[in-house]
Amino acid sequence: MDSTAIETTVREVLAEQGKLSEDAQSIAADADLYRAGMTSHASVNVMLGLEDEFDIEFPEERLTKATFTSVQSITDAVEAIQND
Amino acid sequence: MTIMDTHQDLATQQDTFRAGLEANDWLLPTLGDGVNGLGPQAEDVVQGIAAAARRIAAELSPEAGTRRLRFPPVNGTRLLERTDYVASFPQLLGTISAFEGDNKAHRKLLSMYEDGGDWSGELSPAGHALVPAVCHPLYAYLEGSQVDGTVFELMGECYRHEPSPDPMRFVTFRMFEAVRLGTPQEADEHREKWLAAGTDLLRALGLTVEADTANDPFFGRAGKLLSAGQREAQLKFEILTEVYPGHPTAIASANLHEEHFGEAFDLHTADGAVAHSACFGFGLERVALALAAKHGFDVAAWPASVRQELGLS
Repeated sequence: MDSTAIETTVREVLAEQGKLSEDAQSIAADADLYRAGMTSHASVNVMLGLEDEFDIEFPEERLTKATFTSVQSITDAVEAIQND
Repeated sequence: MTIMDTHQDLATQQDTFRAGLEANDWLLPTLGDGVNGLGPQAEDVVQGIAAAARRIAAELSPEAGTRRLRFPPVNGTRLLERTDYVASFPQLLGTISAFEGDNKAHRKLLSMYEDGGDWSGELSPAGHALVPAVCHPLYAYLEGSQVDGTVFELMGECYRHEPSPDPMRFVTFRMFEAVRLGTPQEADEHREKWLAAGTDLLRALGLTVEADTANDPFFGRAGKLLSAGQREAQLKFEILTEVYPGHPTAIASANLHEEHFGEAFDLHTADGAVAHSACFGFGLERVALALAAKHGFDVAAWPASVRQELGLS
């Protein structure tokens, strides 16, 4: 899966679980999702949603706020986990 | 010293402290694992700490006003769902079961009981749960309302299923809490003020304490993410003291919940924004036991200033 396809799915999961005050499809890839309204509990649902969609498991060292901070950071993390 | 030695050393310290507490009637045994009664001196000290906390509440928030409310240690199971406790702390919660069967079911229950079997499997969920934090019933009570920065004062029993050989860790214990719901600024200010005042009180009682950032014991992998976020945003501070040298124990905490409870219970401020909340809590038995560790089991021999602060002389 290339990074564009990953990003599309990431945005879909964010739209469903992220509780963002902005449109998850159009929010800038580097915008801070926490600033855009994603609560910490919402970020957990985003994480679980991503694990289901991509059939991956985030390793413990990636379970940090930094991983889930933007569309870009999530996409990078998913790509890295898939390539592991 | 190896890690194992340190570990054994801590366990020995905990055993020695427990033996002293029991021998001096500070802790009274019960049939519940991790559940203790308190003897007269311990109970006097607990009441003294609660009274001192109420004095702080009266001094700190005269303009906001303080409302003292009381909720019992049992609430509806739904409370655990609404606060996200089921999702975040399933390992700590406790629900209540009751017998709702007929005569036939009663005979089955009796025969299991007489055979020394596990009769509790014949019970069914009663719809009730033990309250894990004294502020939780407050949010449910206020559901759908507008909040204005009023401080709520609460005291009651909490349940956390974490039996431990450490006498400082109670499965059921009393908490004094001062909770404020309002704007983000009001919540921040409340947390700051109480963290300072709580630390001052504990120092006035002769304890060596330090405040530090902390995280709640969120469950599992999702919990790792929540803990990291809580620490990064410095949402939780604990006031720690070393009952066991080299091993700090939390005896109070000061927490910002941001919009967590405001959103879950539809609480808002005058401008229509989701309310923020903050709470400060003393673990009353823990403070009392820390004082016993510091000043000894004979309260009559404690420093006069400490006795006075607790209203014991």
